[in-house]
Amino acid sequence: MPSKKFSLGQTVIVALVSLFSLSCLFPFVMVIAGSVSSESDIVQHGYSIIPRSVSFDSYRILLLGSNRIVDAYVVSAIVTVAGTVLSLLVTSMGAYAMARRSFRYRNALSIYAIITILFNGGLVPWYIICVRYLELKDTMWAMILPPLANAFNMFLIRNFMMSMPDDLHESAKIDGAGEFRIYAQLVVPLAKPVLATIGLFVSLSYWNDWFLGLMFIDKQELQPLQLLLRTLVSNIEFLRTSNNAMDIQRIASQLPSQSLKMALTVVTIGPIIFLYPFLQRYFVKGLMVGAVKG
Amino acid sequence: MKIRTETGGTGTRAPARLYGVYRELVRNRTLLLMFLPVATLLLLFNYLPLAGLVIAFKNFDFQDGILGSAWAQPILNNFDYLLSSDSAYRAMRNTILLNALFIVVGLAFEVGLALMLNELRNKYFKRITQSVTFLPFFISWIVVGVFAFNLLNYESGAINRFLEWMGFSRIDFYSEAGLWPAILAIAVRWKVTGYGTIIYLAALTNVDNSYYEAAAIDGASRWQQTRYISIPMLKPTIMILTLLAVGRIMNADFGMFYAMVGDAALLFPTTDVIDTFVYRSLRKSGDIGMASAAGFTQSIVAFVLVLGSNYIARKVDRDSAIF
Repeated sequence: MPSKKFSLGQTVIVALVSLFSLSCLFPFVMVIAGSVSSESDIVQHGYSIIPRSVSFDSYRILLLGSNRIVDAYVVSAIVTVAGTVLSLLVTSMGAYAMARRSFRYRNALSIYAIITILFNGGLVPWYIICVRYLELKDTMWAMILPPLANAFNMFLIRNFMMSMPDDLHESAKIDGAGEFRIYAQLVVPLAKPVLATIGLFVSLSYWNDWFLGLMFIDKQELQPLQLLLRTLVSNIEFLRTSNNAMDIQRIASQLPSQSLKMALTVVTIGPIIFLYPFLQRYFVKGLMVGAVKG
Repeated sequence: MKIRTETGGTGTRAPARLYGVYRELVRNRTLLLMFLPVATLLLLFNYLPLAGLVIAFKNFDFQDGILGSAWAQPILNNFDYLLSSDSAYRAMRNTILLNALFIVVGLAFEVGLALMLNELRNKYFKRITQSVTFLPFFISWIVVGVFAFNLLNYESGAINRFLEWMGFSRIDFYSEAGLWPAILAIAVRWKVTGYGTIIYLAALTNVDNSYYEAAAIDGASRWQQTRYISIPMLKPTIMILTLLAVGRIMNADFGMFYAMVGDAALLFPTTDVIDTFVYRSLRKSGDIGMASAAGFTQSIVAFVLVLGSNYIARKVDRDSAIF
């Protein structure tokens, strides 16, 4: 049905979409170019799309010069892996209990979970509970535990599990398998698509998280990568807004170079760019799973 | 199966019914055990904070804890204090106005891009542009904050370099509060437009092709087809998503504001929102009474708005309501 008659409209649309796409890519290219530029080029000419001269010094300093950055990378990696594995385990077990039709009170479990989606106590009580009662301050657990149980993800997994035929359980039961064994050996392998999708959601949010670090982590060696990036940037912002010449002198001497900051940004988003093809495919699928209610 | 109908009878006496409940629980003890970890975590991180809302009515002291702290005198003292604060009022106003701005601009961009992508004839071009526009969704606000700083900062920012090159004078973005609603709106669009487009695109691909064919035979132009078929077809989706967004109008995206604005106090007149206000009261000034009163108000209003918008959403389209 589209005919050649409207090629003017088509040209305008292609131009607009291209413009928007390029603007989405532009900051990425700028950061990558900045990370391989030499410091003097950035100071003299500002950031540019094509580096005037290529140097990998900033990456070398990043890897060798600073323990803080390596530490932060390790913290982020541990939090992401542990958080994702534990979250998948805990939510899929919970989802299994909510999905079993032979259990008459399974709806009570669902209501227990759904209340946490509807009501929210807000930041202050949550913070006080975590710090005063659970003593999570300055521990790795502070960045893993709070978002571990996610009712919304649990419902997505439950819906998927409920679409499996009941005969599956019955026949396994007859063969003498207990509930946990049915879950571990039968249901989990069958639920792989939904678990993979949610695993990607969860790992992305752990990797990108800095809010928990901001709230609970004061120790430098436990800072996650995102927070370290934020700290470096805010130092520079502070420099901008400060009127105190002494301050500026003092901080300027400690500041990492611009290109180092760019390199740190590249390293932070690196895993995401690398995994992007998977992320994109599963995310779109997951959105559709979420859109179809069970 | 027979056993169940026996215990489920309405005429059974209370002890017998209790025994039936007990037996059902014992029979499913493995399932209960499997639910236990999630139940515990939700209890600790979701239910206890709900109970902790009571802090808003207390004179909270960290040493005494939530239960041990004395009640506020008078009981609404924290709220009186909150209402007398200009910055609390400013935060409420900014939250609602900025969110309203984000909703309107977001709608235009997301529907617009979905309609344009839908018109594209070249499949490869369509796929590539979709991938590229979706990419920013996956990076954190911190990184977006760094990107923004690279563009906007006074000395070496790309925009200021460009302005200078064009012969204009530089703009000190980080002290011009008036520009920030627009800057934030652009940042949100940059980050989530590709993501927001997906649902609209899915709705568009579900439209029956015969509508367009019939319209084309009647001589409708592409623009007329868009105006009289595509847009009306998107209407239910637009209404639902907008309603749900309005339900969250009291909740600002803390991550965005903190990463983009941070502690730049010069920008607070237009960018300080409830969430950043509560954060600062809690962590920076240590004013827990004020923070908890603001948080309590936000939780209650947000709850009413979510229920209300969901109620209307269900009236419009049963399947689109969250619950």
